[in-house]
Amino acid sequence: MLKDKDRIFTNLYGWFRSDIVGARERGDWSNTTEILKMSQEKIIDVVKSSGLRGRGGGGFLTGLKWSFMPKEVKERPHYLVVNADESEPGTCKDREIVRHDPHKLIEGCLIGGFAIRASTAFIYLRGEFYNEALILQKAIDEAYDAGLIGKNACGSGYDFNVILHRGAGAYICGEETALLESLEGKKGQPRLKPPFPASIGLYGCPTTVNNVESIAVIPTILRRGAGWFASIGRPKNYGPKIFSISGHVNNPCNVEEELGVPLKELINKHAGGVIGGWDNLLAVIPGGSSVPLLPKSTCDEILMDFDSLREVHSALGTAAVIVMNKQTDVIKAIARLSAFYKHESCGQCTPCREGTAWMSRVMQRMVRGDADIEEIDILEDVTRQVEGHTICALGDAAAWPIQGMIRNFRPEMERRIIAYKANQQVKSIT
Amino acid sequence: MTIKEIADDNLQPKSFEWTDESQLMIDNTLKQYPVGRQASAVIPLLNIAQRQNSNWLPIKAIELIADTLDMPRIRVLEVATFYTMFNLIPVGKWFLQPCTTTPCWLRGSHEVMSCIKDKLGLFEDYATTSDGQFTLLEVECLGVCANAPVLQINDNVYEDLNYDLTAKLIQNLKNGERPKYGSMSNRQGSMPKDGPTSLISLKKSDGVPAWWAKKKPAAKG
Repeated sequence: MLKDKDRIFTNLYGWFRSDIVGARERGDWSNTTEILKMSQEKIIDVVKSSGLRGRGGGGFLTGLKWSFMPKEVKERPHYLVVNADESEPGTCKDREIVRHDPHKLIEGCLIGGFAIRASTAFIYLRGEFYNEALILQKAIDEAYDAGLIGKNACGSGYDFNVILHRGAGAYICGEETALLESLEGKKGQPRLKPPFPASIGLYGCPTTVNNVESIAVIPTILRRGAGWFASIGRPKNYGPKIFSISGHVNNPCNVEEELGVPLKELINKHAGGVIGGWDNLLAVIPGGSSVPLLPKSTCDEILMDFDSLREVHSALGTAAVIVMNKQTDVIKAIARLSAFYKHESCGQCTPCREGTAWMSRVMQRMVRGDADIEEIDILEDVTRQVEGHTICALGDAAAWPIQGMIRNFRPEMERRIIAYKANQQVKSIT
Repeated sequence: MTIKEIADDNLQPKSFEWTDESQLMIDNTLKQYPVGRQASAVIPLLNIAQRQNSNWLPIKAIELIADTLDMPRIRVLEVATFYTMFNLIPVGKWFLQPCTTTPCWLRGSHEVMSCIKDKLGLFEDYATTSDGQFTLLEVECLGVCANAPVLQINDNVYEDLNYDLTAKLIQNLKNGERPKYGSMSNRQGSMPKDGPTSLISLKKSDGVPAWWAKKKPAAKG
């Protein structure tokens, strides 16, 4: 279990000031000038050896991602884009960073931006976070006024701008290339990769897109050392991480824990346990709505990290734990997610645009049981036809929850279909 | 994908001009983006226009934005129809957006929905009360899942709701009050409601972590 001395986000619940005075008190901006005296390569090496993996869902090594950027700035400027378009159902951690610890994010932008030789960081914040945007903008203004960013940032001789850009409500803009399109003033429709953003990103320039949490932990890693970060967690899954726990628990919350914490401990220790007790647990979606759910038998033992969850055909995603107890209509829960993906499909790729709508309609019938048993296989087959056949991962994200449900709750689906048919027969006789 | 309705001609104003306040915001916004990349400001400008025009975007505003940014009108309309937050038909003074995605549904978003139906008679998207005060739009995940169920009203998110708290909120708005946003059950942020399970040792020290407290005096200056 993570100890208080190893927590990065010490103002997670907003107990203290979020402004520059409070941030400085907590150690932010304390020796940024010294850090910027390190070479770009050295900073990237530290981040690489800390083993930090992207906190936004992909779990790709942040330091490695940075090393894909060109080593010198030619005619095209470099950009750092921070993905704060938090909208994966279940996920509510970046909001806490933005409103309670915005200076960690801004300082991370400067250090990360310096490491990839960027001139500017754009923070793409989801539009619904209006009050959060006001807090973040105030913090950015404070940092400019104090000379921490802008011309000669922190007296380092490096010029660096941080710009807050608000979105306008589109889940797909959390996909990095859709986000870049949106930032350029277009519909948020993902781009084909390659080319990857590191070669052709924002405005056709080399760009790195990182999640809020990935960037906000950077200053602490550089202050406390890669060794400290890598001493927390499990091999290849290092460091603390904010977990968002929602659904059928007694105390839904955000909490910073170490990667590899047992799911059962996470729920019992921090979220006050499952409503009705652990034995009343039905299933858990461990990493945001896009990942397949885990049945209780898996939840008993599973560790919450990238590799452990991959082994059980799920994923850590954003570490958003959605808990469902035995009073849940699991088919309805997944059908609601199907409706979500239908709503959020950008419409660019046919398998996703048509597939999400079709899957949602069939799922609505599955909720009632108004279907044939064979349609479960047809549904499964359609998810396979959507998965992997689209430009971005939204198609996969729409397919996986349904696959997870069929894998784990097929008997319940069949039972409901049989019951519905029996009920119809009774109706036709009487 | 969703398809957005555009307001009928009889609802469309004949003209749309920037107010001085909007113009100032636009000037500041345009400065943020590189030269020649002013199209990046399309979402910010749509947002400014919507705020200027009682929370909805008439076609004339879209045309003005296209002219301001030197963009084809269809590109601006395309953006306006793509993003959920832009309203292309008039909405009430209070724009109610309950989230009903799975994490909110598990915590009782149906109570919020049924309260809105009972108290205001609204149950369909973009339906507005006859007095023009309230409009409903059921929305997808608002990213506040640990405080579910939540209801966004204009710029503010009201959290930790149930039927009664939603009813109280609606009554407050009807009375002309502006209830404070955030947790409606007085929870602090997204902390566990029964008290913190972490960070307790930092509560007295203003969140100053131990490693920094040790270093702090030496780092001064």
